[in-house]
Amino acid sequence: MIDREYDIVIIGSGAGGGTVAWELRDLPAHGLKVLVVEQGPRLQDEDFTGREVEMASALYEDGGGFLTAQGTMTLAFGRAYGGSTVVYTGTSLIAPERVIREWGVPGLEFTDLAGRSRAYAVHNNVHLLDAPEINDNNRLFVEGARAAGYHAEQFPLNLKGCLGSSLCNLGCPNAAKQGTHRVQLPAAEQAGVEVITRATALRIENRSVIVQVAAQQAGEKGLPSEWVPGEYRVRAATIVVSGGAVGSSALLLRSGLQKQLPMLGERFTCHPAHILVAEHPQPITNAVGHPKSYFVDRAAEESYVLETCMYFPFTTAKNLTGFGEVHSRFMRAFARLQMILVLACDRAVSGNRITIDRKGKPVVSYSFTPQVIAGLVAGTRASARIFFGAGALRVHAPTADPPLIERSDADRIDRRIDARHFRAGTTTVSAAHLMGGCSMGSNVRDSVTDSLGRVHGLPWLRVADSSLFPDALQINPYLTIMALAGRVAEQIRSEAGSLREAVTA
Amino acid sequence: MDTEAGQFPLRCNEKVFRSIAATVVPEAGTLGVDDWAEFYSLVEHALSMRPPAIVKQLSAFVTLINLLALARHARSFVYLTSGQRYTLLHSLETSRLGTLRKGMWGLRTLMLMGFYARPAGRAAIGYRADARGWAALRTQGTAQ
Repeated sequence: MIDREYDIVIIGSGAGGGTVAWELRDLPAHGLKVLVVEQGPRLQDEDFTGREVEMASALYEDGGGFLTAQGTMTLAFGRAYGGSTVVYTGTSLIAPERVIREWGVPGLEFTDLAGRSRAYAVHNNVHLLDAPEINDNNRLFVEGARAAGYHAEQFPLNLKGCLGSSLCNLGCPNAAKQGTHRVQLPAAEQAGVEVITRATALRIENRSVIVQVAAQQAGEKGLPSEWVPGEYRVRAATIVVSGGAVGSSALLLRSGLQKQLPMLGERFTCHPAHILVAEHPQPITNAVGHPKSYFVDRAAEESYVLETCMYFPFTTAKNLTGFGEVHSRFMRAFARLQMILVLACDRAVSGNRITIDRKGKPVVSYSFTPQVIAGLVAGTRASARIFFGAGALRVHAPTADPPLIERSDADRIDRRIDARHFRAGTTTVSAAHLMGGCSMGSNVRDSVTDSLGRVHGLPWLRVADSSLFPDALQINPYLTIMALAGRVAEQIRSEAGSLREAVTA
Repeated sequence: MDTEAGQFPLRCNEKVFRSIAATVVPEAGTLGVDDWAEFYSLVEHALSMRPPAIVKQLSAFVTLINLLALARHARSFVYLTSGQRYTLLHSLETSRLGTLRKGMWGLRTLMLMGFYARPAGRAAIGYRADARGWAALRTQGTAQ
């Protein structure tokens, strides 16, 4: 095993880890060594081909098909230089004040989070797209929502030079999305922060991180690791865990911390989602332009959020119920398809948690509560109204049996779409907003960390990512992750003096 | 991809596998040799990222489908009518047994990947996303 020594080690380079690295970028100039350890590869611009399976394999854990223990939901989370900020659509919303209040984390104030979120939004060029950049898929959502009586809002997006490839979820082929891989990490590296890729944090022991650096396999995208392949023991005065809800929880579990942190892995939430599809009589612009420009927020009233979306052929095919001729006919209408993503606002409940198997691999247990199913059904009904309000001929609803609803049946939506048709294991459900597992709170009985991400009883160990959320955020989480990471970094900076003294000593 | 014995993970049931594929995506019934090679390559790549146990389970599930065809119709799945094939697979998809539902879900996912993730599969349904985005649509009409 090779030994290395740093002052601060950050595990993960996504919205959390990338932000911490950027906030600490001036420390190397003062003699402190800062390292970011990223499990995924560092891709080059030419690696982003937009090919569905190829990019999903390169950028997502399990190619985007990470299954829950029950086998009833797939979880999508990125692993690359930049983490999930490489593969999200750039949606940048400030956390709802209502939710932060409900979280009730001592020391965490909405005004502080909102202020930090606004600052990151400016830094990452978050703005609203102009009307000519909105495609038909999004325009029809707005028109349909208006016709059906829903209030559609425009997503602020972190784009610069967007060409409208529609390929955001496969990594932008035009370097337009301003994730941490384009903004925070390059600036941090320029200032002296080291980033190593293809490096998996196996466990934490005695203020050290045991890191396995992998060799690049033949045909794999990206650059080889910055370090020679092998196993390393990286000592550090401060360790920041930012591997995402699943990754951070699994790492701390592998490190044997569950006995002193009984809430480790608990409070997992994920906004379970359905992809809904409707067929229009004429071709629409859908596979060009930004895919996710508008949303309808009914979280507070009916526990769901609707978002525009446009997925790729295989993803779309997988999410349509059934198979055979009816399924194929719908797929052949791709150029006429409109899509809406229904996200249910779940709550942290006992049993929905992250554990590890005997080999230390993460296992996510998740059962759909009646509230989640009700949210999916209510959101599906609302989406069907929006589709028909926009002029769709027929709607594919996973919680209808049969799933195709013709326009002539539009006045029977509430009867056709019903919770009794939701069958776990048959109805396709996916999630990409993974939250909790290392939740913030008051003490070791109700949480894993305090509001500044300090792990209870282990002040040298911090958490800075969505695993901190004590419950679902009920909206897209990236700005909130950055804001929380900013708080964690600020606390570390305030201790940098004593760190320097320790280094000198 | 070479589909000789031992290469493709579900090779031992290849005829049944292809018949299932053509039931899930009827257009798969018209694929040529090169198309199938691409199809297998995608499926094989997906399976290579899964634990060996999953591949064994899927292989066993393909065998089970054929056994069910023999039990219900006294014929291999390959020789059933398209209606009989659909009915058999649909019964698995909607089975009361979660294991059967999940098995069918996994197999269906592989079939859809093999067909729709191919460039020709994408083109056949009119999907023409282009990295150049709006410019491709406006100047060459290739984006939509």
